[in-house]
Amino acid sequence: MTAPRHLWKLHAFVLGAALASAAPAAAQSLVISNWDGYMAPDAMDAFKTATGVSGELVVHATNEEIMGKLIASGGKGYDVVFVSSPFAEVLNNLGLAEPIDHAKVPNLANLYPEATTLSYDSGNTFSVPYTWGTTGLCYRSDLVAPAPTSWNDLLAPSDAIKGKTTMLATDRWLLAAGQLAKGYSVNETDPAKMAEVKDLLISAKGTLLAYDDTTFYSKLVSGEAVLVQAWDGWCNYGIGENADIKYVIPKEGSDLWLDTMVVMKASENKDAAFQFINFMLDAKNHAWAAENILYKVPNKAAMDSLQATLAEQYPNMGMPVGELVKFELLRDVGESQRDYSRIVSEIKAAQ
Amino acid sequence: MAPALAWLTALMVVPCGLVLALAFFRRGIYGGIEYTFTLENFGLAFDPLYAGIFLNSARIAGTATLIAVVIGYAAAYAIAAAPRRLQPVFLFFAVLPFWSNYLIRTYAWIVLLNREGLLTQLLRWFGYHGEPPSLLYTEGAVITGLVYNYLPFVILACYAPLARLNPELGEASRDLGASAMTTFRRVTLPLTLPGIAAGAVFVFVLSIGNFVTPALLGGGRFQMIGNLVYDQFLTANDWPFGAALSMALIAIMMLLLTVQAMAAERASGRARTAEGDAADG
Repeated sequence: MTAPRHLWKLHAFVLGAALASAAPAAAQSLVISNWDGYMAPDAMDAFKTATGVSGELVVHATNEEIMGKLIASGGKGYDVVFVSSPFAEVLNNLGLAEPIDHAKVPNLANLYPEATTLSYDSGNTFSVPYTWGTTGLCYRSDLVAPAPTSWNDLLAPSDAIKGKTTMLATDRWLLAAGQLAKGYSVNETDPAKMAEVKDLLISAKGTLLAYDDTTFYSKLVSGEAVLVQAWDGWCNYGIGENADIKYVIPKEGSDLWLDTMVVMKASENKDAAFQFINFMLDAKNHAWAAENILYKVPNKAAMDSLQATLAEQYPNMGMPVGELVKFELLRDVGESQRDYSRIVSEIKAAQ
Repeated sequence: MAPALAWLTALMVVPCGLVLALAFFRRGIYGGIEYTFTLENFGLAFDPLYAGIFLNSARIAGTATLIAVVIGYAAAYAIAAAPRRLQPVFLFFAVLPFWSNYLIRTYAWIVLLNREGLLTQLLRWFGYHGEPPSLLYTEGAVITGLVYNYLPFVILACYAPLARLNPELGEASRDLGASAMTTFRRVTLPLTLPGIAAGAVFVFVLSIGNFVTPALLGGGRFQMIGNLVYDQFLTANDWPFGAALSMALIAIMMLLLTVQAMAAERASGRARTAEGDAADG
């Protein structure tokens, strides 16, 4: 039956040609990966209204999660990702980050000058800062006296507060508390110094209630804990619920953490990606983060536009930028990351 | 049998094999995989630190198993001794917690045990005004969580042989002059041992690999082997080492399950002989 077979092939060819010609007509579409709740819920819609480019937001829970996906796929499938500064460094070292075309992101002018000369990416060549802040001690001023001033108040607490303290569980900040208490760098790689840090943190573990990354401020509000290691923005969530909670940066200092936006080299919509970053750097859009997540943003235009009452209720929001950038930036530690993981395992396994 | 085998191979053996094959490679400097053949991950898995974590996990899982088996067997014995028509009702209540999510059942313990939780409030209601007891984020809390979550398995596993037990065997034993205790020890217990073994292995295997309960109820202060594997895959991005640890864990679990299967075979052989003798006598 040759006649029907010829017709079938013709039909298939026509169908295929029709589909192939239809494909390129699809509009540009971005894929953005960010932490849940880290930008305005209507940001993608507002972006589409402003520029006509549609975008899809996917969420990642941790830096390591999105890094795993990017390294496995070579960056394909994502256009803009939000990652912390050490991981932006890694993306650049692996050649996965697209150089930022400053001509296409004019709102870079909104940034504080200090945010454009950070050591890990001076000149914002492969990343654009989104939020920044410090890590310090968050405590109930009505239940802890005298007020804490040093990391050792957490690592070697007085008997009154033993068993009522928590530390952050994420390895870089868990170790940073010990590194800063001993006067070492938060990017320390010397094995002898790290061994000292490990011993200090193991002795601290015995006095802790728990390691907690996410509910430490609720523990402060309920009184289950009275002194915790906290990021400044998260401490603000506690302050919002109980005005007796206060945040202090210990005298030994803090680390400077930074969350950034990176454009993937494998992106097929790079111009749209730069438009997105430009959109996020707009003073009003960027101020959303400060007003809603209670994190400081490196955007001078946005910070200047905030209500004065915000800094009154949350003092760390009013921290002068000059003071903020004095702290040591968290950097990628390369090969030593394996040692860091091992040390954290040893601390957590210690009886 | 062939379709089932094919399904099992394609959907379980092959994916597991792919992950476990990673154990022979090395972590790249930034967390990817460097495809150079190496056995260093296995050497590292036997390092004192990690071997210690493994033994500690076995100890915690073993304690949870012991407690779960004692409570579970007693409960199953009571249910099997209850009137026939009430047994399904009791079994239903034993399994009821499974209708809710594992995470929620574990969180319930946080609400009960934390310093400002329901237990403390109950103590205060009875007039206790001292320092609230620190029960959460301890090893005891982790074991409690493990026992609570796996108890229904033990109850069901022990109930089956207990319910099938021929009551004539018990009568025969007492006719021959044995006390209730001796009857239990030398007749009931050996005949229901397969159920205990099945329940015990179930609890042990699930507990040793568990990472949710130690993370939530232990406050991150107890590192069990499950947490270690989780950390390697999701935090340290060291998939090869995580795969090596997983391989070691799976090998030990398969050994235990084989031993349990062999013990069950022998025990059921003895049961058939015992019933045969009772029927003849």
